[in-house]
Amino acid sequence: MSTAALPVRGRAALGPAWAWLALAAAGCLLWFGLDARLTRELLDWLPYLASGFVMNILISVLAMGTGTFAGITLGAMELSASRLMRAPAVAYVQVFRNAPHLVLIFAMTYIFPFEIVVAGNYLPFPDWLKAVFGLAIPASAYVAEIVRGAIQSVPTTQWDAAKGVGMSRGQTLRWIILPQCLRRALPPWMNLYASITMSTALASLVGVHELLHAATDASTAVRRDDFTIAVYLMVLLAFFLFCYPISRLTRRLERRFAPR
Amino acid sequence: MAQELTPRPILVELRDVHLSFGAAEVLKGIDLTVAKGDAVSIIGPSGSGKSTILRCINGLAQPKAGRITVAGTRVDTLRTEAERIALRKRIGIVFQQYNLFPHLTVLENITIAPTRILKVPRAEAEALARDLLARVRLADKVSAYPGELSGGQQQRVAIARALAMRPELVLFDEVTSALDPEMVGEVLAVIRELVRDGLTSILVTHEMRFAEEISDTIAFTENGRIVAQAAPAELFYRSGNPRIRQFIGGFQGYRDAVQDREGI
Repeated sequence: MSTAALPVRGRAALGPAWAWLALAAAGCLLWFGLDARLTRELLDWLPYLASGFVMNILISVLAMGTGTFAGITLGAMELSASRLMRAPAVAYVQVFRNAPHLVLIFAMTYIFPFEIVVAGNYLPFPDWLKAVFGLAIPASAYVAEIVRGAIQSVPTTQWDAAKGVGMSRGQTLRWIILPQCLRRALPPWMNLYASITMSTALASLVGVHELLHAATDASTAVRRDDFTIAVYLMVLLAFFLFCYPISRLTRRLERRFAPR
Repeated sequence: MAQELTPRPILVELRDVHLSFGAAEVLKGIDLTVAKGDAVSIIGPSGSGKSTILRCINGLAQPKAGRITVAGTRVDTLRTEAERIALRKRIGIVFQQYNLFPHLTVLENITIAPTRILKVPRAEAEALARDLLARVRLADKVSAYPGELSGGQQQRVAIARALAMRPELVLFDEVTSALDPEMVGEVLAVIRELVRDGLTSILVTHEMRFAEEISDTIAFTENGRIVAQAAPAELFYRSGNPRIRQFIGGFQGYRDAVQDREGI
């Protein structure tokens, strides 16, 4: 009964989102079609906006990559038998899971210098990289919890069974536990990625040239109300087109991996 | 058995094995001897340490005191993980809850350890796996996932998985306790055949009739001790220990049988 109902419910939930989007797109097209000057102006600024959005994607990928790497380590530490390993990881996760992303981005901006000296060479330490760290910190804390939960959700009897056929701890983790974690952890991990991507817009507040910053530049330069509205609509659309498929895919995966 | 002239070599020997979990003393001096080719059943009330004995034999649990020898290896003195792994490669274990790897197919469940741990060539490991699956009557389930099988089928795959390592000894830990009654028979039939073919095995079980039928020796445990250890007929019908008679009598069918023989 529930399996038959699910796709229908999925489509029903999907329906309004696409319907609203189609309506908004049609409205925009009509508006732009009627106003050729606005359209030309938007097209002129499009490459500039696109270069901003590339920065958002770059920040999100790097923050999530770093956060995932650190988070797997932290998640494993949280499950360590040794208190010395466990305590710092638990503290880190609890502190940074409950810290606003914007605060962390500001903190990173002011804590790190604008350049670092490596063997006598001055290397610039750009703001966008600081934003990467600002977002990697909460990402790592969330990933740690996802990893910890996934490993714990695998019954300990799986460890016994693997040991029983002569596997070491590392082999058990690699061949038996982590493959089972992967399918459980993938949906929440993708959710987190979408959320981190949306948070990259916060980097505009510390002067990083990303999409929101570019949109503000454009609207200040053009100084026309209709253009300002259109440009921010495009910002929304860009984030939506990037994040919505991720959340759709996540829901599909969640359904596929749901315990039968 | 009577016609054997030389006694078979001893494969497993436990001497005065003690084990505690925290303050709880689980094993209070276990002595057990299993000869090569023997089937030994361990019976007794729940919580008497039956499964713990098995876990000590393959190094999943570490005794506090006592001596455990398996095929010349002193299990109780093993300190490193590598030493325990070397031991476990030679001992198969089958669990109550089957514990198959749910992300692997039946064939992969059986071949993962031989190919990756023993480095058996894939073709050879798969051929053996198919033989074993035929033996446990699941030849048609090669590419099924554990989730698609019944409990009895999963348990038979688990037996094939243990046998794929070509163990010298297989431990069966209450392998039918989690099964629906109608699936118990198919699993026991497989074990019966293996024992008949000379597999050395130690079984923790609540299947009294089965234990009586296939065992060379039955050990009765209570409160962390082996209270009695004897041939099935001896233990079931001629034991002077009232506790054993009461325990066995509690299983339907035996009450009548015991009374019948007493009447003679």
